[in-house]
Amino acid sequence: MNLILLAISAAFVNNVVLSQFMGICPFLGVSKKINTAAGMGGAVIFVITIASLVTSLIYKFVLVPLDLSYMNTIVFILVIAALVQFVEMFLKKAVPALYQALGVFLPLITTNCAVLGVALTNVQKEYNILESVVNGLFTAVGFAVAIIILAGIREKIDKNDVPESFKGAPIVLVSAGLMAIAFMGLSGLIK
Amino acid sequence: MGKITERLYNGIVKENPTFVQMLGMCPTLAVTTSAINGAGMGIATTVILTMSNLVIALLRKVIPDKVRIPAYIVVIASFVTIVQFVMQAYVPSLYASLGIFIPLIVVNCIILGRAESYASKNPVIPSIFDGIGMGLGFTLGLTVIGTIREFLGSGTIFNFQILPESFETISIFVFAPGAFLVLAFIIAFINKMNINKAKKTGAKAELCKLADCANCQNKACAGREE
Repeated sequence: MNLILLAISAAFVNNVVLSQFMGICPFLGVSKKINTAAGMGGAVIFVITIASLVTSLIYKFVLVPLDLSYMNTIVFILVIAALVQFVEMFLKKAVPALYQALGVFLPLITTNCAVLGVALTNVQKEYNILESVVNGLFTAVGFAVAIIILAGIREKIDKNDVPESFKGAPIVLVSAGLMAIAFMGLSGLIK
Repeated sequence: MGKITERLYNGIVKENPTFVQMLGMCPTLAVTTSAINGAGMGIATTVILTMSNLVIALLRKVIPDKVRIPAYIVVIASFVTIVQFVMQAYVPSLYASLGIFIPLIVVNCIILGRAESYASKNPVIPSIFDGIGMGLGFTLGLTVIGTIREFLGSGTIFNFQILPESFETISIFVFAPGAFLVLAFIIAFINKMNINKAKKTGAKAELCKLADCANCQNKACAGREE
């Protein structure tokens, strides 16, 4: 039951982009087309889930026993960078179809602050390994939902007559703001 | 001397990271619930950016080209950890309100971008001032957004009561949606000024574009070539 609550809270109530403001860069940058947005969402789900598993394992079995938990920022970012490289190489060799779909997005993910953000949140909130993975997976699902909705909106906006000074970034930010208002409505869901 | 002022002007006005390059959007939107939080985040970033530019410029001939990105990340992450502890000890309330966004300075595009596009190619002194300039530009951006949100959302600026108590404030501006809306209107305003300027000269207006995420990657976050 707790895990279900955790999942809903991570995916919708505390949506990673619209209420935590992590991963804004890909959210605004890769949301022009629904297809690419879905690809980015998929890649983020894949990487964040693996990264939360690996970082929480490293935290529990390496950093805490060695009394090095204050080093977590440095260790996590290096682990994530290495992990993304590794996942890319592995997918290229082992699952070429998946690599075709997600490959171009993988290198972009290292600098996506949602990945490091989730890893640090897991530590801060003292989640155990299972909770960390669930939190990671559903945080990423929330990201995918948000970016796909925004891409849908942007495909429609392209056909509209936007005032010249609002073209480009401003109208996207206004759309994201309205989405954030809609997601705020979910905040009563979980106490 | 000319080089130093040029670097400062470049960072604060010409290539302002918030309003011109649109980099580091996560902290820009997340921590600007009040002017103090925005300024605090900006100053923390400035310190880290300046120190990392200094160290990377010193080491620019030592770091092998192939492992430069991980090397930069280690340098940046070390300074972030130091700043994190200093803030925890001396400004605990600011530390609490910035929360997870202090360790997340590591992945702030601006810092890695300046390391890659400037500090790795230039001598120490200009690199330091490049860091200070960019950092101040970022601080300015965050403080402006923070001030607007705090004024509209809680009627105060830097915790000083500006609007009378009886005035009903628009609290949505201190919540998440307000961040998106305020930034949208600021950029639209800058676009409008650029369009008007372009109309006078007859040239085509340069609209503010979303930072291409690919640029965030390794090569110059600072998307524009120097």
